[in-house]
Amino acid sequence: MPQGLEVRGLSKQFGGLTVSENIDFDLRPGDRKALIGPNGAGKSTFANLVTGILSPSGGTIRFDGRDIARMNEAARVKLGIAKTFQITTLFRHMTVRENLRLPILEREGRGFAMLRRADRSARIEAEIDALIDQFELGALADRPVEGLAYGQQRLVEMALTLALKPRVLILDEPAAGVPSSETHLITDAIAALPGDLAVLIIEHDMDLVFRVARSIVVLVQGRILTEGTPEQIARDAKVRELYLGGAHA
Amino acid sequence: MLKTLIAPLALLITGIAMFYLFPYNLAFATRMVVMVVLVLSIDLILGYAGIATLGQAAMYGAGAYAAGLFAIHVWADPLAGLAAGAVAGAVLAFVSGLVLMRTSGLTLIMLTIAVASICHEIANQARWLTGGADGLRGIRMDPLFGAFEFDFIGITGYWYALGVAAAVFAFLWLLTRSAFGLSLRGIHESPARMAAIGAPVYWRRVCAYTIGGAIAGIAGAVAAQATQLVSLESFAFSLSAEALIMLILGGTGRLYGAVIGTLIFMMVHHTAAANDPFNWLFVIGGMVLAVVFFLPRGLLTLPTALLRLAPKPQSKGTRDAARS
Repeated sequence: MPQGLEVRGLSKQFGGLTVSENIDFDLRPGDRKALIGPNGAGKSTFANLVTGILSPSGGTIRFDGRDIARMNEAARVKLGIAKTFQITTLFRHMTVRENLRLPILEREGRGFAMLRRADRSARIEAEIDALIDQFELGALADRPVEGLAYGQQRLVEMALTLALKPRVLILDEPAAGVPSSETHLITDAIAALPGDLAVLIIEHDMDLVFRVARSIVVLVQGRILTEGTPEQIARDAKVRELYLGGAHA
Repeated sequence: MLKTLIAPLALLITGIAMFYLFPYNLAFATRMVVMVVLVLSIDLILGYAGIATLGQAAMYGAGAYAAGLFAIHVWADPLAGLAAGAVAGAVLAFVSGLVLMRTSGLTLIMLTIAVASICHEIANQARWLTGGADGLRGIRMDPLFGAFEFDFIGITGYWYALGVAAAVFAFLWLLTRSAFGLSLRGIHESPARMAAIGAPVYWRRVCAYTIGGAIAGIAGAVAAQATQLVSLESFAFSLSAEALIMLILGGTGRLYGAVIGTLIFMMVHHTAAANDPFNWLFVIGGMVLAVVFFLPRGLLTLPTALLRLAPKPQSKGTRDAARS
């Protein structure tokens, strides 16, 4: 049985507007793929279709050979498909530690546990500590998230999503809004992700894409224009035209 | 360890002191304690889970009528009646919650009001069962634990209400610190993120609303048993609204806020209405305005706010310890 994500003939229409058209896409364990394309190409729509925030108009989405196109978002998270948000979406009034505790509790199916204190499991607290160390958030662990710098919030966003122990991780513009002095935090974090994790990065920042991706998919007007290694994409005439000349008007 | 015990002990001492503060008005003291339970139920669903409601009286009234009818027709044991009230509140909250929890914001508020109004009208029409506008009479309670008679001064009634309130408070203290409680705060802050970490947001909300309904039902049941009367006012909009104001006064999302807000509102109400039966609402209105403007997070933050006004610098970080 094929491992990972297999998308075939995926399409999505909003009324008469087609935002995704006949997309074929694979993401295997260990992959580091980037999805690039101009504004309005349908990158976020594609991510939302894969994670279940939107339901497709046509096509199939398989995960480990199982059709998941009709599953809701929470069910797909349970299977191991997780996504970070393009706009940081955290529990702003909670501390970093609490932000990381919630996904672990949900992953372990303890969300309905009512009579045991949530912060008294040594194993879970150790796991939170490990994540905090991994993202070097130690000094901020007990501060409310709303007081952190935006780059740090992006790190919490990634740590929170990794706390779900996903097998497929979709990073929706992980560096959006992060000052360039802090982007290295994001690239370092991506470089340190577990080797067998399947990672899809949706990103505008070409520097970041070429640094972390091993293969790149170019999406234009809801369709896949081309796919290849970073070197192939950098040399591709159509892509260069797209990014330099702004064709397809 | 000691520090965590101070606040609940202070609360318990306040409850015991009230017995001696109102020796000739235990009915009023009992009503305060009952309101604390109702406001705590709103704090759980609004303050923690972020479910906006102006119809908590629906579950309160359901609990009151259930306990009253249970005592008249089935069994007059107080604790059995309390359970009947809790079940009635929970069932009504669960059934209405299946629809209500699909909505949010203004729609949700309007629907909660509608549920309470429908209950009010049903109780009004079903005179043969509820006594309609005359209220449900003829409730006779058996002695509590088979030993303590419900006397007409209300001594047993008061201790009974206080015991129930303490149990509800302890339960909510645990609940709000549990994984479930943390997830409710998560849903309050970001339902989108909760769904993205795999939480069944809808069912979590239905569950919280049902627990809140059970607690409101308990409040109604205690009121019915202690006063041996259930009136149509149990379902009144003004009850839901006043309870909400008490919560806002004390501070939402904190259990102590619900308790303090209720006690202060009702004491001020009591003394102001006694001194000036015509204009007492001005006092309440002024107090609420002052809190909303100057202490938007409730009276519970008053000590912190006063310390901040003080000219001398004080040690940082220790002042907001009362976070619960």
